[in-house]
Amino acid sequence: MEAHAMEHGHGAPKGITRWLTTTNHKDIGTMYLWFAGAMFLFAGLMAMGIRAELFQPGMQIMSPEFFNQLTTLHGLIMVFGAIMPAMAGFANWQIPLMIGAPDMAFPRMNNWSFWILPAAAILLVLSMFVPGGAVATGWTLYPPLYIQGGISYDLTIFAVHILGASSIMASLNIITTILNMRAPGMTMMKMPLFVWTWLITAFLLIAVMPVLAGAVTMLLTDRNFGTHFFDAAGGGDPVLFQHVFWFFGHPEVYILILPAFGLVSTVIPTFARKPLFGYSSMVYATASIAILSFLVWAHHMFTVGMPTAGQLYFMYATMLIAVPTGVKVFNWVATMWKGSLTFETPMLFAIGFVSMFTIGGFTGLVLAMAPIDIQMQDTYYVVAHFHYVLVSGALFAIYAGVYYWLPKWTGHMYNETLGKWHFWLSMISFNVLFFPQHFLGMAGMPRRIPDYALQFTEFNQISSIGGFMFGASQILMLIVIVQAIRGGKKAEAKVWEGAQGLEWTVASPPPYHTFETAPEVK
Amino acid sequence: MSAQSHGGYYLPAPSYWPVLGSSALLGLTIGGALFIHHVAGGGWILLLGFALLVWMLFGWFGQVIGESEKGLFNKQVDVGFRWSMSWFIFSEVMFFSAFFGALYYVRMLSVPDLAAGDNALLWPGYTGGWPTGGPGAKSAFESMSAWGIPAWNTLILLTSGVTVTWAHWGLKKGNRGQLIAGLFATVALGLTFLSLQAYEYHHAYTELGLTLGSGVYGSTFFMLTGFHGFHVTLGTIMLIVITGRSLAGHFKPESHFAFEAVSWYWHFVDVVWLGLFIFVYWL
Repeated sequence: MEAHAMEHGHGAPKGITRWLTTTNHKDIGTMYLWFAGAMFLFAGLMAMGIRAELFQPGMQIMSPEFFNQLTTLHGLIMVFGAIMPAMAGFANWQIPLMIGAPDMAFPRMNNWSFWILPAAAILLVLSMFVPGGAVATGWTLYPPLYIQGGISYDLTIFAVHILGASSIMASLNIITTILNMRAPGMTMMKMPLFVWTWLITAFLLIAVMPVLAGAVTMLLTDRNFGTHFFDAAGGGDPVLFQHVFWFFGHPEVYILILPAFGLVSTVIPTFARKPLFGYSSMVYATASIAILSFLVWAHHMFTVGMPTAGQLYFMYATMLIAVPTGVKVFNWVATMWKGSLTFETPMLFAIGFVSMFTIGGFTGLVLAMAPIDIQMQDTYYVVAHFHYVLVSGALFAIYAGVYYWLPKWTGHMYNETLGKWHFWLSMISFNVLFFPQHFLGMAGMPRRIPDYALQFTEFNQISSIGGFMFGASQILMLIVIVQAIRGGKKAEAKVWEGAQGLEWTVASPPPYHTFETAPEVK
Repeated sequence: MSAQSHGGYYLPAPSYWPVLGSSALLGLTIGGALFIHHVAGGGWILLLGFALLVWMLFGWFGQVIGESEKGLFNKQVDVGFRWSMSWFIFSEVMFFSAFFGALYYVRMLSVPDLAAGDNALLWPGYTGGWPTGGPGAKSAFESMSAWGIPAWNTLILLTSGVTVTWAHWGLKKGNRGQLIAGLFATVALGLTFLSLQAYEYHHAYTELGLTLGSGVYGSTFFMLTGFHGFHVTLGTIMLIVITGRSLAGHFKPESHFAFEAVSWYWHFVDVVWLGLFIFVYWL
């Protein structure tokens, strides 16, 4: 058996064949991350289009239909094409390195999980060029509007189907790897927190991606095959879709943020030179958030009409999530407390995450309150809220992780000066971009509308200027990555003084195969 | 949950099957969308995607079976398969729960609400109840009775759960005759179930006036039983594969994960059926 493993151990195919056929977790992780980066820039360009149109009241540069297509695709691609694949890229690169496994449990299925993504991206991009244009319902795909669209609507349904298949296979792989491939001595409660957060995220994905598949399948049959799930004339109800969608959708937002929690929980102890404060409470808090995420979905639907008892239940259940989330934020702060702090770029992004994500969490609490939400529903306040948790939350954590492990992956130190510029420009422009949107929302500006009343002009202009700055700043990231790949100061095995964990015991960059014989964990 | 990794974990060589699978999915989805919208050539792209998928499944599973027979999979790989199959079945449970959820929602909430007093202006005279084609129903239909074919089908599937377990006992005792006889019986019962289900659909469409378009009753009835029937079809194909493998002398009394995975899957479709029998046909 040993001989056989050796036989395959060497001589990976060269060129494009290597990437098409690879069964190596590092190659697959790299592909996930590049794909996520490309989709991030693509959907980011769409956001630039949205902000350009909103720079002034009145219709400027695009038709309202196209504006709605941009908001829809921006959302769908950022969620399914950028953030989720980036997190999967970290999982692929890091989980085997962190738990001392030779690879992911099912390397071929791992490759398939990745290669489904470009197929789904082709479907979504193609949908922009078919008659009638892309889906214009917003990423939530609500009927009855969704029932009325053209062929692009069916392409999008199929894209969601195969994205779901990809996520489920990736999650089966991650769960199995974590439960079955840990090095001897690596008990569950010794696992790095990033591994824990991905274990719980994979569980969430397996639980809810099939529900989304069911929801869009009902859309498909209502559109094309005469069913009446969402049609009152046939005894159905459009609100049914919202229930099924948000039963997926709320756990989905934790799917986006839990791995980010894991990344930040990895970065902060390194640069505070202290172990993570309250490790076990972090694990339990993550699990609590995951469980609660199944019980709160209708807080996205306070305005559709529900009994007061229902509103009260969903309001209180939602606010309960603030407890485990608060545990996490306090633990991060306590980890930094009296630490020997240094502020390299990963740490800056991690601290940016903790402060900005907390603002997003607080606005989430505001929106959880049913009486306030009825005012705020579908306003820019909601847009501001979820961009604080997704951009300065998930995305900043991804940046922290990329800067943190870039020297490990490439074998070269990145340009710290450019990295710091990237952080400060992103941090400032992000707040210029999204903070005014709270005011716009409170003043009543609706989301997903290409035109607005005159009194919203100033805040929209500030927001758009911040948006263009933010967009331009991200080019720095690309420059830093390309520079680090092409050369630079050699990185040592243990890149950061305070870094802990198995991934720092192998060379930078690590050999193609690592831990073929498992390390012993004390 | 022991974690042992002392080397020897089978790491497969680079493989073309995954990208072939992705191409298949691309063909199926683009072809499917074009076909639904009657665009010329859509059907052919769909067919090509399906052919690629079948090729991929044969090739990929064939390769894995070959590796298994060569003894490349150690105990740890086997445990990994078990975790993965269990979670996969859980994902299938969640898929069905979306449709069961829709059924409960329409029966408990949307239909009673449509019949409630405050909708009297919109839908005068609509009284709700179940089965219903909804307030705008254009044609009448009869619902499917539980105590005909569905009751027989329940008996058939439950019996098939027994026969597959009997086959498993045969495999574990090293009694190949019992293994193969049990599997043949299970496949036969699966095919009988599917034939009866096909007859029932024919009966619904031609005699009861019950179609996919018969309001929410028709929607939930055909989607739930249809997806279940699709899963029984997959399960039967899987059973046929392991029957063929048993005839070829595969599986050992102490290691036969593929057999167990198929039997888990078969029990899963059985349990889903019990849910269907109670909530779709009976209540």
